[in-house]
Amino acid sequence: MVGANASSGPSSSRDWGAALPAKGKGRSGGSGGPQQPESLYEKRKSVHNKRIDGPFRRFKWLVMIVTLAIYYVTPWIRWDRGPYAPDQAVLIDLANRRFYMFDIEIWPHEFYFVAGMLIMAGIGLFLVTSAVGRAWCGYACPQTVWTDLFQHFDRFFDGDRNARARLDKAPWGPSKFARRTSKWTVYLAISTVTGGAWILYFADAPTLFGEFFTGEASAAAYMTVAILAGTTFWLGGFMREQVCIYMCPWPRIQGAMLDEKSLIVTYKDWRGEQRGSLKKAQKEPEKFGDCVDCRECIAVCPTGIDIREGQQIGCITCGLCIDACDRVMKDIGRPRGLIDYATLDQCEAEAAGAPARPAWKAVMRPRTFVYLGGWGGIGLAMLFALGTRSHTDLTVSPDRNPSFMLMKDGTVRNAYTLRLRNMEGRPRDMEIALIGLPQGAVMWTDRIGREDAAPAQIVSVNADETRVVRAYVIVPAGSDAGEFFFQITSQDEQQERDIAETTFSGPGGD
Amino acid sequence: MSDQDRLDNNVDEPTGTEFVGHEWDGIRELNTPLPRWWLWTFYASIAWSAVYVVLYPAWPLVKQATEGTLGWSSRGELVDEMNAADLARQGTFERIAATDISQLSADPELMGQAIAGGAAAFKQHCVQCHGAGAAGYEEYGYPNLNDDDWIWGGQLEEIEYTLTHGIRWDGSDDTRISFMPAFGGMFDADQVDALVSHVQSLSDSGAANASGAQLFSANCAVCHQAGGEGDQAQGAPALNDAIWLYGNSKANIRQQILYPRHGAMPGWSDKLDPVTIRMLAAYVHSRGGGEVTQIDPEEVDEPAQVAVAERSDGRR
Repeated sequence: MVGANASSGPSSSRDWGAALPAKGKGRSGGSGGPQQPESLYEKRKSVHNKRIDGPFRRFKWLVMIVTLAIYYVTPWIRWDRGPYAPDQAVLIDLANRRFYMFDIEIWPHEFYFVAGMLIMAGIGLFLVTSAVGRAWCGYACPQTVWTDLFQHFDRFFDGDRNARARLDKAPWGPSKFARRTSKWTVYLAISTVTGGAWILYFADAPTLFGEFFTGEASAAAYMTVAILAGTTFWLGGFMREQVCIYMCPWPRIQGAMLDEKSLIVTYKDWRGEQRGSLKKAQKEPEKFGDCVDCRECIAVCPTGIDIREGQQIGCITCGLCIDACDRVMKDIGRPRGLIDYATLDQCEAEAAGAPARPAWKAVMRPRTFVYLGGWGGIGLAMLFALGTRSHTDLTVSPDRNPSFMLMKDGTVRNAYTLRLRNMEGRPRDMEIALIGLPQGAVMWTDRIGREDAAPAQIVSVNADETRVVRAYVIVPAGSDAGEFFFQITSQDEQQERDIAETTFSGPGGD
Repeated sequence: MSDQDRLDNNVDEPTGTEFVGHEWDGIRELNTPLPRWWLWTFYASIAWSAVYVVLYPAWPLVKQATEGTLGWSSRGELVDEMNAADLARQGTFERIAATDISQLSADPELMGQAIAGGAAAFKQHCVQCHGAGAAGYEEYGYPNLNDDDWIWGGQLEEIEYTLTHGIRWDGSDDTRISFMPAFGGMFDADQVDALVSHVQSLSDSGAANASGAQLFSANCAVCHQAGGEGDQAQGAPALNDAIWLYGNSKANIRQQILYPRHGAMPGWSDKLDPVTIRMLAAYVHSRGGGEVTQIDPEEVDEPAQVAVAERSDGRR
């Protein structure tokens, strides 16, 4: 196990440690004696978690159904944006550098919205950790969801815990071969669908879906599906809890974030110890605690740990051991909650004789509200920015080489590159006007000839596009021109405006 | 195993893992075994490196690295990508080739492509004399291409002709040739001063004088026209405007009368294909001084709709 007890809190957990029986984790540590050299590498101990039913298991089912449905269905949702924009509700259009999410459309220059969403996702994880501990790991993490899904197929093909353990040890025969290949085929099918759904977020889903099967999709699409299918097959089907224990950084970060007020899944040792079989406990009730050492909590654990050893990095707090223990307690007529969600502070208080406190009370604490404030503040600020953003934008860059041109009638001409951005989903006419230049200043563009030169011009900008206009401006000979503005005004009822400052250069050196 | 055993065996109590024996400020290192799969990942990496060495260039030898059985090289990949880009441009090239240059501006989208292609070619072939901003160099007599003063004409077809056949270029029989005779020795100093002054007066920058005007009409007006308007048909520059290829000081003008300079430009028909020349003409014309812009604003919208239609299916 990595990092001794990394996430254990203050003294209370240390006290538990002392109270726990020796365990040794099945390694050669004790009984083997010093003469047996320890292996540098540890073989994975297979996890065959037992079927269980209960409130947490049902909640896990619900989260799995909801998250998988969101993942697989979202690309297929249509969203009418008119004739000029794609009709896919969620689309990351990399080729055209647009990100569509229902009514929101993000342009590359607005990437701060995406950055804000990533920051919200980060703070959101902090918020969840502060409020309900490692709930992300236990219920919503893709690794957890897909592992859980695959474990159900394990159970379907190979039977429950003991049957699977037997099958693991059994020699390869026709039966084992058939079970393994059919199980792995299902793994592979789920993995392929998983990778396949991913690419649908990046292109029109129905079209790409068709092209994928006729071989017309891009190589990148097939590669992406292959890589994601491969990693899903490998990580969900075979690596499973090892991803959490060895690979994922999140448990380490959470280890640092949890404190004595965080909700964790705990075994209430002051109530459970001294553990002993039901028979012994009935014989000498004063000597034994509530734990009958039935090992159900270990049997159902998807990461194969013993929660009674205390808080540890392998515990993803999915609550299945609570379901298992509660059922046993009910069967033997003892109160539920020998294993339960609780904070370390609460455990200490209960051990000292305080009454049990509902877990939801642990959610209400200042730290959670600080995170909630930061998370909600960023969200509100982004919503405000999104609601008030202009759909029209103008940038101007004057020609620097040459910075001005002498015309044959002695007037001076400057050239500018204008970028007119139309973020509306329809084509719009925009008026370009000169503001702050001497009387008589006129302009024309690369598409409007000099014979039509005027103080203002109207150009059309396609829906959802930036149009580059090369503008030429002439001031009357001898007039004094310097800094001035281009202003664009959309020629519709919105009359959206943007203004950009620039400079008129001349031989005088201004 | 009792607690005493564990202390003796140097075992970490919560995990049951032995200590390595290193300790830093009370933090002790556990002898945690690596997971077995990690070892297999390591072996797989070694196996892949062996495959890689066979497939791709790997071992550096004296002159070059081993080639690899796939025959991949970064230069080869570049060539492939350039060929693919050429292929992608092929359709546009064919359309430009099939469009007469005077009709090019009727198709704003194609015109835009031609200007973009011309801008790229300009950077490669033209900036050496005309400068990166196409502003030319007065001291060397390389003309500015941004202004509205054209010696040989500023319509698209005229620019294309100049680009194809050059100016005073040996490579083409149809090259543009104008030849201003040297008047050195024909006039005395006073006559030259008067003529220079008259020429300056044509663009309101010198005092008008009768003797200069007389000399001008006798010697110069046949090409430069009576008012100094110039004549694009024979390549006679206009003298009545603000733009001077060789400068407008008295010394500049006197120099050009007595010992005229004749700039030359190579034609490009032997080096560039007709499409590139056409695109260059479009680019030069677009620099702001092109003559006779035949754009009908009504037609601007039409290709824009086509571009939108291509977008609206959500993929390209």
